[in-house]
Amino acid sequence: MAVIEVQSISKNFGSLTAVDQLSFSVQQGEVFGFLGQNGSGKSTTIRMLLSLIHPSSGSIQLFGLPLKEHRNELLEKVGAIIERPDLYPYLTAREHLKLFSQVRKKQITTADINATLEKVGLSHRSSDKVQTFSLGMKQRLGIGIALVHNPELIILDEPTNGLDPQGIADIRHLIQYLAKEEGKTVFVSSHLLSEIEQVASQILIIHQGKKVAAGDTDKLLDPNKTIVHVTTLNDEAALLAIHASSFAGNLLPRKDGIYFMLPKHEIPMLHKAMVLADIALLNVESKNSLEDYFLQVTSNSN
Amino acid sequence: MWKIISIELYKIYKRPRTYIAFGAIAALIVVIQLGLKIDGESYAGFLMKDINDTLTVDGKVLNGYLVCYILLQLLLVHVPLLVALIAADMISGEANLGTLRLIFTTPYSRTQWVMAKFIAASTYTLLLLIWLAFLALFVSMWIFGTDDLFLMKSNYVVLIQGDDVLWRYVGAFIFASFSLLTVTSLGFLMSSMANNSIGPIVGTMSAIVFFTILSTLNIPLFSIIKPYLFTTHMNNWKEFFDLQVDANNEAIKGSILNVAKIKTSLIVLTIHIGLFVAASVLIVKKKDILS
Amino acid sequence: MRGIKKNKIAFKLHYRYLLLTIMTLCINGLFAQSNPLIEKVSQKLGLVNDYTAIGIMKTDVSFIKASLGKVKVYFKKPNLLKIKKEGGISLLPKGGVSVTLNSLLNSKQFIAMESGKQLFKGKELQVIKLIPTDDALDWVISTLWIDASTALVYKTFTTTKDNGTYEVTMEYGTYADFGLPSKVIFGFNTKDYKLPNGITLEFVEDDAAVAKQKALRSKKGTIEITYSNYVINKGVSNSMF
Repeated sequence: MAVIEVQSISKNFGSLTAVDQLSFSVQQGEVFGFLGQNGSGKSTTIRMLLSLIHPSSGSIQLFGLPLKEHRNELLEKVGAIIERPDLYPYLTAREHLKLFSQVRKKQITTADINATLEKVGLSHRSSDKVQTFSLGMKQRLGIGIALVHNPELIILDEPTNGLDPQGIADIRHLIQYLAKEEGKTVFVSSHLLSEIEQVASQILIIHQGKKVAAGDTDKLLDPNKTIVHVTTLNDEAALLAIHASSFAGNLLPRKDGIYFMLPKHEIPMLHKAMVLADIALLNVESKNSLEDYFLQVTSNSN
Repeated sequence: MWKIISIELYKIYKRPRTYIAFGAIAALIVVIQLGLKIDGESYAGFLMKDINDTLTVDGKVLNGYLVCYILLQLLLVHVPLLVALIAADMISGEANLGTLRLIFTTPYSRTQWVMAKFIAASTYTLLLLIWLAFLALFVSMWIFGTDDLFLMKSNYVVLIQGDDVLWRYVGAFIFASFSLLTVTSLGFLMSSMANNSIGPIVGTMSAIVFFTILSTLNIPLFSIIKPYLFTTHMNNWKEFFDLQVDANNEAIKGSILNVAKIKTSLIVLTIHIGLFVAASVLIVKKKDILS
Repeated sequence: MRGIKKNKIAFKLHYRYLLLTIMTLCINGLFAQSNPLIEKVSQKLGLVNDYTAIGIMKTDVSFIKASLGKVKVYFKKPNLLKIKKEGGISLLPKGGVSVTLNSLLNSKQFIAMESGKQLFKGKELQVIKLIPTDDALDWVISTLWIDASTALVYKTFTTTKDNGTYEVTMEYGTYADFGLPSKVIFGFNTKDYKLPNGITLEFVEDDAAVAKQKALRSKKGTIEITYSNYVINKGVSNSMF
């Protein structure tokens, strides 16, 4: 069953189209990566999924029910953090979790709250006011609020914002745990593709409000489509030599440098061929990752 | 619904700003009480200058009841500004903080949240008024004692017997609660339209000052709209302290001169509250939460 | 001899009163002497050494709205009088209380002149004018309307030095034998009353109410006390006054 089913939603703010005819669906139990640069329309889309913004057109269904008509009932099953971890500075971490437990129909016990604090690593600071928290701690508390009522769908908008490398790794592990161990559906957005590619099974990339790519992470990360960026002392001479070689067909028509697309296992041969052709190599960098793909598609659509 | 009302009350209770108004009222009242305790007789003498030319006034004129009246006269003009500090921040403050996103993604509708916030703000307003009543009336009664209320109005004097006063204060405070709830709902309306606190707070204060000026200016042009302005009616709690007189020019104990005026004012204020709150709900419902 | 001595004192009075006195004397054709009716009134009042009474006070002044108030009245010879409102605020004409009948007559320092008879509330009353012969007294002239048969004073009209004129009207009932009224009405002139709106903070004026108030305004005020429960000659402590 599709947990999220979005059909051609658009959102206009005056003459600006923030989201343009976007459609996608998220299946139960999957980690869905929602990628886009800052200002690409990710947050607007997420806010529409949470009924914070009314779509100008299109429809949204959660758990098979239209969001507009069944808002309250559906939001009961959703936990979310949206962009910045904005909280009440005069309340403690525990008070936040208590307050947001009260709005749920489900009975949430002190033990549940303690477990959530433990889960997000804030047990030792649970009685401190949020105004004393670092950005990373606030972000963790935000995630705690999203998780405290044990929702079926978790929407995380830029969850690693402001976190240190250890914090980023913790969130990654948490997402994986939630999906694999607890069977939750996780919809996670980011502008950092390296984070998403490690956790998401499905990826949707948007740019200027429009879908530019979507699909299985495995397919988008196809090893047969590794991008190799070659830096030389003399690109013109190098290109002449490459055109004469067997790798001429793998050369990408780009003006910002010398790029090849080729299966990953052929990189050593490319390396050898260039050395044999007397090309003055400075650097060979393979970008066989989603990040490269992302940069490519977004720059293409630019 | 009760759950989210209690959440809103809890947030007000926890917020340091809440106590500014309580502190300010206490400070103002104590200062005035102290001033009147020390130099009240000369103040009363000044007020009674015209009367003393003709009559000898025997008794404790400056008693707790009169002090309370003086305090209410001075403070009920300014309390709305303190009320605005909280009411005008209820929605916009959370928009500014970014927490509106948190509460509007819970399984309660925006209408429910807006109503819960209004009820919480109203509770705050009423508590502020009870605090004011306690300090202005009961503490004054304790410090200055009680006697008949010798009330010097602009054009005449009303002498209300001591045992005929307390219920009038009850009425006046109930009336004042309507006045202050009108301010609360106005602040609330302003709050629903903005994403920061300062705008609505200043806006509410400015609106009160602006309409009060319109209400007090005796210019025929404004006379047409005066009856419809909430500021015209806000101070009519004073009507509880005027007596009817019979054919012998004898004041009738337990009477109110102009009951109709009080009723009209309450109706006008209630309509304002209703309109302001309804408009707030509509605005918030239609609003895209971008903060 | 006594009359001549009094006349000498009268000469010391202000010329206005002197003139008035001389004129009155000329009309009556005799020197002022203690008036027998005044003596009779004094004797009657003399029966009472002290009293307390309960009174209902009604204030009728254009700019004052007051309901009926309960007062307690204390009197002690020669002319101590105190009107106390039990636990309340009372309004009395300024100086009016001090020019009671007792204070007028007890001084004995006056010239009494009969000034004909007048019908007052169906009774034919003797009109007697009193002119003080002592400069220290705070009244200038007083007219008394007296029922000769009962020696009861029904009305006085007194001009004081500092506090204007007072008209006091009396009604009698149970205690008429002691010369004590059942009702006293003080009439006096009032001044304008007005406090600035800035002080009363009454900015929003009800135009109709103001107009009504202005129409009601007159320069006359009365304070009416209806007495009951006289307790006569049972002793009143000086501390009451």
